[in-house]
Amino acid sequence: MAQLTCENLALGYEGKTVVSDLSFAVNSGEYLCIVGENGSGKSTLMKTILNLKTPQSGKITTDSGFAATEIGYMPQQTAAQKDFPASVREVVRSGCLNRVGLRPFFNRAEKQLAEDNMKRLGIEHLAKRCYRELSGGQQQRVLLARALCATHKILLLDEPAAGLDPKATAEMYDIISDLNKSGTTIIMISHDIEASVKYASHILHIGNGESMFFGTKDEYVSRGGYGA
Amino acid sequence: MTDIIDRLIFYFSFSFVQYALIVGVLIALCSSLLGVTLVLKRFSFIGDGLSHVAFGAIAIAAAFSLTNQFIVVLPITVISAVLLLRTGQNTSIKGDAALAMISVSALGLGYLVLNVFSTSANLAGDVCTSLFGSISILTLSTLDVWLSIILSVLVIAVFLLFYHKIFSVTFDENFSTATGTKAKTYNFILAIVIAVIISLAINLVGALLISALVIFPALSAMRVFKSFKAVTICSVFFSTICAALGIIISILAGTPVGSTIVAVDIVGFAIFSLIGYKRG
Ligand SMILES: Nc1ncnc2c1ncn2[C@@H]1O[C@H](COP(=O)(O)OP(=O)(O)O)[C@@H](O)[C@H]1O
Ligand SMILES: [Mg+2]
Repeated sequence: MAQLTCENLALGYEGKTVVSDLSFAVNSGEYLCIVGENGSGKSTLMKTILNLKTPQSGKITTDSGFAATEIGYMPQQTAAQKDFPASVREVVRSGCLNRVGLRPFFNRAEKQLAEDNMKRLGIEHLAKRCYRELSGGQQQRVLLARALCATHKILLLDEPAAGLDPKATAEMYDIISDLNKSGTTIIMISHDIEASVKYASHILHIGNGESMFFGTKDEYVSRGGYGA
Repeated sequence: MTDIIDRLIFYFSFSFVQYALIVGVLIALCSSLLGVTLVLKRFSFIGDGLSHVAFGAIAIAAAFSLTNQFIVVLPITVISAVLLLRTGQNTSIKGDAALAMISVSALGLGYLVLNVFSTSANLAGDVCTSLFGSISILTLSTLDVWLSIILSVLVIAVFLLFYHKIFSVTFDENFSTATGTKAKTYNFILAIVIAVIISLAINLVGALLISALVIFPALSAMRVFKSFKAVTICSVFFSTICAALGIIISILAGTPVGSTIVAVDIVGFAIFSLIGYKRG
């Protein structure tokens, strides 16, 4: 059974439908890229998959591996985070929360995990810095490090490369690709179709009618790529 | 100078003055703990609305001549907090309007109830007291003191127990929910804690000035410190020191307790802003 199956989803806000007729499935270990124009509903879809929103209609089925405690999520940035007094270390550690249960503090293993993930993303020297004072690229890395603390099984990433320079973008994609090779299921939103085709195993192109597409990367390329 | 110290020693030989200081400092501590969360989650509006509800509750208690207003104020404020959180969560504008409606209703009806039912000879004085605090902290009964101490300890315990969860839910509610932290539960706990703090603080500074007690420490600390932990610790020190100073000054100068504390808070905020500005 697939880790995640979506059938005939319709998504939207307060009665207004943004996308409809959305069907796709993700198996363990796959790398799904969700592409589509701005405002096509990619972030909305991700929030629905994460149970932050309910679909207007349609069905989402998940297997037992797709539990909230096995999910790492890297959101698009929100305004609230921007004024928040938080050090990088505090933010990264908060990713470990889904394994602490009712324990009021982090144990040594969890603290170590946070340090390891900061090192992996090259931000260990920023540990004491204030999150809101970092550059966009640095902030993205912090959010990815936090997501990695939450899981090594399923990662959902909402435009992880947004606002990064070409070098940082390539690094970010390499890190994600490495994670996928070590077995992590990746579901990533991107507007960089070239990179998506390079790294992903499957592509979901969100659009209306004809331009909607779901299939393997090869099918997507042979179809002439970009949907519309 | 020695004269002032002598007078302080004299005043502090009275148990009601000691009580006022203990309770005042505890309340200030509690209200500063959640300041950052309240400010950043826009819960400060809820705090403001709730304090008006608490005023309404006090009016009802006064109308029925209850000696212990706390017993009425606490449950009404807690229930309102839970309801407000529910309505406030779906959309901002509707939520804010609902909040404004509830808070002005509570204020208006509270005054009306007081006017119609109160047997007190000094109605204007009573209203002023519940709105601005004034002397009530100096007339605390032993029961009030113990209730305040127990509730403060509970608030502090809840905060310490859920410190990391409160951080995560405040920093990024979507991430917390997506990765299995029950954000709704913690919002619920927060609402109850806020209600308890407001019911406590109304004794100290009165309904209209509660927000100052919550907001000033957090905003001041955020000027200077950059991590959640440092800001929280600084807020606690800021708030307790300002409250202690405010109480002492008000005793010496004969000024109303609540507004004196707020005045000290404002001075503290100015100092911290300056330090933050100097640091760049
Ligand atoms: N909270 C919201 N309330 C109402 N409409 C929204 C909300 N968030 C997004 N939308 C609308 O839904 C559509 C899809 O948004 P989104 O999923 O963020 O697109 P994207 O594909 O760029 O991530 C957009 O037209 C947007 O205006
Ligand atoms: Mg988006």
